Amino acid sequence: MKYQLDATNLLCPMPVIRTQNRVAELAEGDILEVRCTDPGVLHDIPAWCRINGHEVLDQHRDDASIIITVKVHGD
Amino acid sequence: MTQRKAVALISGGLDSMLAVKMIQEQGVHVEGINFFTGFCVEGHTHAIRNRDQTKPKRNNALWVAEQLGIKLHIIDVIDEYKDVLLNPKHGYGKNMNPCLDCKGFMVKKARQWMEANDFDFIITGEVIGQRPMSQRKDTMPVIARESGADDRLLRPLCAQHLPETLPEREGWVDTSQLGAITGRSRHEQMALAEKWGFRDYATPAGGCCFLTDASYSKKLVDMWQHRGNREYELDDIMLLKVGRHIRPNQRFKLIVARDAGETSYLKGYRKQFTHMAATSHGGPVTLIEGEPTRDDLELAARITARFGQGRNADLVTVEIHPVGGESVELSIPPMPASEIAQQWYV
Repeated sequence: MKYQLDATNLLCPMPVIRTQNRVAELAEGDILEVRCTDPGVLHDIPAWCRINGHEVLDQHRDDASIIITVKVHGD
Repeated sequence: MTQRKAVALISGGLDSMLAVKMIQEQGVHVEGINFFTGFCVEGHTHAIRNRDQTKPKRNNALWVAEQLGIKLHIIDVIDEYKDVLLNPKHGYGKNMNPCLDCKGFMVKKARQWMEANDFDFIITGEVIGQRPMSQRKDTMPVIARESGADDRLLRPLCAQHLPETLPEREGWVDTSQLGAITGRSRHEQMALAEKWGFRDYATPAGGCCFLTDASYSKKLVDMWQHRGNREYELDDIMLLKVGRHIRPNQRFKLIVARDAGETSYLKGYRKQFTHMAATSHGGPVTLIEGEPTRDDLELAARITARFGQGRNADLVTVEIHPVGGESVELSIPPMPASEIAQQWYV
């Protein structure tokens, strides 16, 4: 399943916390598309994914937003 | 034999990093926990200001976790933390920092997490004598007791100077392999960092919390005084980290961006605040908090113009956008720096 999360107008670490809490509700293989505005997420969300075993499939800018696509992996 | 599990308070600084490594070396599984109070000095501050663009926009707690190869759980405690800040049982430090209550609160939250996740003990990077309030030999037992962690709270860096804890008594860790560090010198920590190959670790000048900062604390108290109560939301305490705060009278305060990064950040609040910016010249965005009169808005426009590229012009056009009202343009002379009273600066 593919899900979306709006983390715009939040500064790090809030987008990371929102991503972490949403991912905890998802199943292995689910995709979460996170929309953000703080450029700090370009470092922080991939770092959070690496240490917690999830995968960043894509990250790109769209107008004023940054969109990071995360694939959820199990423990 | 069952592998024991410890949860570590990770601030993003060197000490908690070394404490984790010391325990990992003894075969214990460690995961990190980091609490976001809203007052943390962290990557979001770097994202706001231009002058920090050269620094890596990293969250230091995440970076530490990655270096150590541990999971990190970041917990939003903004609402719960209000009671710690507003009603500290042990009072404040030099500024608005309730360090002892804060540490007790965080260890209590870690203890709850430990119990919910079937972990065995808690570790912190505390060092006896390093902080005047929370890291003293006489206050460390207070934290252990009031948090409910009791002897499941282990401070690896100075464990040899403290009473034996459960992990030591049970042989989950060997005390002789733990530290005996005391005081504010960083030599031993730096030697351990070298030994384990940790480089590029964070060294925040003022600690990891804005509440230890005199200027920030002054703005916080000013906000409470002018509102007549001590309620706050995340946006309130974030805005205190940004811009020049200027209060020409009791009716209103200006928040004037100091650079393009702050202007970009303050633009995110345009729907919530009356705001203004010069249109005839380059310059900052200013937010207005309070109940300004028309004359106050003209004064604010003159101050805004003073901080823009038109500061030496005869007239600057400033567009004012009231919340829910029609925009107006004023053509005004920028206020000379000498007319902005020092006591207006919060």
